[in-house]
Amino acid sequence: MDAESGPGLLRFITCGSVDDGKSTLIGRLLYDSKLLFEDQLAALSAASKKSGTRGDDLDFALLLDGLSAEREQGITIDVAYRFFATNKRKFIVADAPGHEQYTRNMVTGASTAELAVILVDARKGVLTQTRRHSYLVSLLGIRRIVLAVNKIDLVGYSQERFESLEREYRQFAEHTALRMTAIPMSAAEGDNVSERSRHMPWYRGPTLLQYLETVQLDAPAAGLPFRMPVQWVNRPHQDFRGYAGRIASGEIRAGDRAVALPSGRECRIERIVTWEGDLASAASGLCVTLTLTEDIDLSRGDVLAAADAPPPSADQFEATLIALHANAILPGRSYKMKIGSATVSAIVAPLKYKIDINSWQHLPAERLELNEIGVGELELDRPIAFEPYERSRELGGFILIDRITHDTVAAGMLHFALRRSQNVHWQTLDVNKQARAAQNGQRPGVIWLTGLSGAGKSTIANLVEKQLHAAGRRTYVLDGDNIRHGLNKDLGFTEQDRVENIRRVAEVSKLMVDAGLIVLVSFISPFRAERRAARALFGAGEFIEVFVDATLADVERRDVKGLYRRARSGQLKNFTGIDSPYEPPEQAEIHLDMSRLTLEQAVERVVEFMRRRQAEA
Amino acid sequence: MMTTSSLTHLQSLEAESIFIMREVVAECRKPVLLNSLGKDSAVMLHLARKAFHPAALPFPLLHIDTTWKFRAMYEYREHLARSSGMQMLVHINTEGLRQGINPITHGSQIHTDVMKTQALKQALDHYGFDAAFGGARRDEEKSRAKERIFSFRTAQHRWDPKNQRPELWTLYNTDKHNGESIRVFPLSNWTELDVWQYIRREAIPIVPLYFAAERPVVRRDGALIMVDDERLPLRPGETPERLTVRFRTLGCYPLTSAIESNATSLDEVIAELLHSSRSERHGRAIDHDDEASMEKKKQEGYF
Ligand SMILES: Nc1nc2c(ncn2[C@@H]2O[C@H](COP(=O)(O)OP(=O)(O)O)[C@@H](O)[C@H]2O)c(=O)[nH]1
Repeated sequence: MDAESGPGLLRFITCGSVDDGKSTLIGRLLYDSKLLFEDQLAALSAASKKSGTRGDDLDFALLLDGLSAEREQGITIDVAYRFFATNKRKFIVADAPGHEQYTRNMVTGASTAELAVILVDARKGVLTQTRRHSYLVSLLGIRRIVLAVNKIDLVGYSQERFESLEREYRQFAEHTALRMTAIPMSAAEGDNVSERSRHMPWYRGPTLLQYLETVQLDAPAAGLPFRMPVQWVNRPHQDFRGYAGRIASGEIRAGDRAVALPSGRECRIERIVTWEGDLASAASGLCVTLTLTEDIDLSRGDVLAAADAPPPSADQFEATLIALHANAILPGRSYKMKIGSATVSAIVAPLKYKIDINSWQHLPAERLELNEIGVGELELDRPIAFEPYERSRELGGFILIDRITHDTVAAGMLHFALRRSQNVHWQTLDVNKQARAAQNGQRPGVIWLTGLSGAGKSTIANLVEKQLHAAGRRTYVLDGDNIRHGLNKDLGFTEQDRVENIRRVAEVSKLMVDAGLIVLVSFISPFRAERRAARALFGAGEFIEVFVDATLADVERRDVKGLYRRARSGQLKNFTGIDSPYEPPEQAEIHLDMSRLTLEQAVERVVEFMRRRQAEA
Repeated sequence: MMTTSSLTHLQSLEAESIFIMREVVAECRKPVLLNSLGKDSAVMLHLARKAFHPAALPFPLLHIDTTWKFRAMYEYREHLARSSGMQMLVHINTEGLRQGINPITHGSQIHTDVMKTQALKQALDHYGFDAAFGGARRDEEKSRAKERIFSFRTAQHRWDPKNQRPELWTLYNTDKHNGESIRVFPLSNWTELDVWQYIRREAIPIVPLYFAAERPVVRRDGALIMVDDERLPLRPGETPERLTVRFRTLGCYPLTSAIESNATSLDEVIAELLHSSRSERHGRAIDHDDEASMEKKKQEGYF
């Protein structure tokens, strides 16, 4: 291949049901492109004689062997990549095994492919599987497919069979954006793979290889103006600040006006720096380092774009989500989201529907299990510049990462921004409680846990906080320990001191709610009047009283800290429940009857309450 | 996928690799570039210089020295270490050296395990690197074909093939727990031919052993082993002969087979490769030890 002027690289994915001949086809392409060496061929020929299915002929499927053994060992095989080249093009083949986890594998392979080769067995025709493969490749933005009608030798090289299959597929693909070319072939015999078949004079189209070598691809981002996510800031010394990135679309010239997003600040491109020297212009696909004439401060995650045609910015979207992990995607949970070079925090809002990939029908969905595909809304913690996935894979494709396990749990594709988010962030708001709350992406409030000593308030508070935190909420716990040791060090346990204790805790909570936080207070707070006074400091719906209701008999029996024993024996004075009264709440927002609930259930009740409350916001 | 249709295949591969290297530097705490002094490492180093230009390399180079490399490789290393903007770290498993581990008496498996695999783990732990670039390519052998570009290692440096993350688009998830690290393979999608064409296009300096010259060799078990210094004991009946040979891969000299060749220039090497009938790893002893050997070695922490 002529490395200097070659028309480049074509990445494609092959899809087929088991035994349609996918391995044979790829093996044949490698063989025909003369990329197999003597030692590999010798091994192949030995293996073919031993376990091949083609008599003394080479069984190309064995070339790619290894996957079955891996499957037995439980290795996650998603995609294997194969390489071959002719003197016209270099090819990267994503080979996704078609077994369990099919969706995950295909989606991964298709995400970097520009074209798909979909195999069908000429005897079996267009199957449910074929439709599923077609759906998935079109979902990932592939517009060109080759329908490889394989094993045509087994139907007597029948033109009629081929044409009826082609017709059938065309009918079904009519309402998709797929552009299809059908080729009759025998992967095993080599007909119409790289050599024209002698058995099908009626077929006038190209061989598979001819097609792959010459197909013109209209890049999906074609037509989009200049966009480049800032990947890394190159700052070797005081006098140089360059923004490194790969140009996602369009072309940039030194001297062009650009805009930095999401800040919206305008600038001018000073130089296009590369190792070979400065360029006058650079186009999509290249990695460059840009310097600006203005001294504006950009960082990783920002996008530089053509000033007269910038992409929109938003923080709420509709998107397609594909679950890639055994842990399901749950609405209400907060994930790390990577898109372009930005990493943001994203909450999945309740799903609109999931998609049955066999029938393409919409079904109701509460969550997305591994390999399920759904459509829902996303709320980000800050605005990002984006393009709909249809127009740009680079600015519209994203992954979701679990905050605790760090696993990649979903892939997604942005559709469009939701109206309500679009105008908001351009206005400068007064920094008040609402603004801070919006910045935190949450509805602030205080969860006030009251109940007897040993009822489980602190344990519940801590567990609730953990879950809220995992969901991306900003929280703080105030309890006896961190308050009595510092702020309220001067207070004892007389009735008067208890009242003052609660007053201070209520005031501190109020400041924190004003700062936009969710505060968890776990104090015995035995007197109705004080709790009412605390409630009065907050706005409607901000004070959530949680009655952790355990019977005196129960807590005294457990007596974890030995306090009840000491109170009964008179060593502790003014102990709630023994010689000081506890006044149960009359209308707590949440009543946890601890004689009937497990700890987990109690925690879940509070978390669920907070989830609904947030969703209503 | 980028709009690659207007780029040549080498431009596309180059851009992909540079993107990957920048991503690691932007997201990882302390990366390192493993340099085996071979042609793939030379290409990686060249790509790294391009990626971060005009800044100096934002990470050091690390050579795991088994003490049995070809002399020409050590000369090349000294030359690299002297180039500006380059920090070259060298690590030897001194414990293995003390035990006298060598490829001749202990064979390729033990030697590689102690002086390469263990040595690499020692070095990574010692310096606390959380990401290491390696030059492996997916076309090298079957088990690599499905390896991710970002490949995770536990705190014990084990590869857990059951727990790999899917890689979609060019979005690489680099999040990891304390102690875990990543091996990153920027050349994953390059083939041997791509590497040679790129070396030619960019005029990248490589160890002269890749070009044919008259060298002293002995024929041993069907391989041509170069007598690079006096440490190679000759077997009864062996006498070194001077043959015109070159190497397709480089490693420890007693474990690396030469091929007879007259290719003294890049053009000739590429022409030879296009007509070659032997795969690249044919000359490496380590792959022949055991069928599933690579897979196993990787799980144990071999690069
Ligand atoms: N007759 C005939 N057999 C084929 C053809 N392509 C593949 N096969 C056979 O079909 C079987 C399954 O092929 P394989 O490539 O392993 O299928 P995969 O599961 O899709 O990878 C093997 O026995 C192949 O030899 C073909 O075009 N004609």
